[in-house]
Amino acid sequence: MRRQTLPPEALDDTDRAILNNLQEGFPLTPRPFDDAGAALGLTGTALIGRLERLREIGAITRFGPFYDAAAMGGAFCLCALSAPEADFDRIADLVNAHPEVAHNYARDHALNMWFVLATATPEGIAEIAERIEAETGLTVWRFPKLREFFIGFRVAA
Amino acid sequence: MTAPDDTDRRLIAATQAGLPLVEAPYARIAADLGVSETQVIARLSALNAQGVIRRIAIAPNHYALGMTANGMSVWDVDDAQAEALGEKVGALDFVTHCYLRPRAPVWRYNLFAMLHGQSRAEVEEKRAQVRALLGPACRADDILYSTRILKKTGLRLKDG
Repeated sequence: MRRQTLPPEALDDTDRAILNNLQEGFPLTPRPFDDAGAALGLTGTALIGRLERLREIGAITRFGPFYDAAAMGGAFCLCALSAPEADFDRIADLVNAHPEVAHNYARDHALNMWFVLATATPEGIAEIAERIEAETGLTVWRFPKLREFFIGFRVAA
Repeated sequence: MTAPDDTDRRLIAATQAGLPLVEAPYARIAADLGVSETQVIARLSALNAQGVIRRIAIAPNHYALGMTANGMSVWDVDDAQAEALGEKVGALDFVTHCYLRPRAPVWRYNLFAMLHGQSRAEVEEKRAQVRALLGPACRADDILYSTRILKKTGLRLKDG
């Protein structure tokens, strides 16, 4: 995961237009890159080349469908734990070893590790959280969403 | 909404890490799964219409793009007003995710709002705007900055 800022010259206006235009609604057509590129004044081949480069330099993390776990009968849950500083990396490895851990962030708080569990069933959340508790000896606090107030992911590129 | 069937699940497993960057990506996926391109497009369209697919899109790396400061702002808001205030906070254009979550013995906050900015100063300024919006209904707040990304992947469902 790239954790450095790209220099401003890494992206040109076309790259920025791609970043802002492809944040939703990619076509479900036989030649979707041709169709999406047309709106940007690019051929499909040129758009693909640009996306490959954006991925390579770390400007994008992925490209494709974003699935809603809950709509598929699965579940998401934000979890947090307090890892002793001296043991932090070992605890992070134990947590990250579970494929159900979709992402994990170190944060500056007494609860210093925050991760999201994504499981195929709602019961899976408790199962994985309890397994992590057994492996780490730490309490996994669970913060499932009760309500979501959602506007969008749009960022100024 | 109908539950995804076995073919849907194979399709989800084949695409959850991303679409192939080729001119005819759905034909490529179809060939891998042994179904027709028309079927792949029809099933993805249905999943999209049902909300199983939230969107088909690029995921920008906020950090690489200069949004190096991101803070999870958290708020202890009067329960009676939390829904209405959550709507207002979620509507702010600099808030990317906003949720109501349960409290815990070690955790008093019930409203979460992710704030992004080019610097912590910018994030703090946005946080002050949220605080002003919440007014006296907010009893306490904090902000948790991410110091490291320990893991980041798309959703992974096991095949089948």
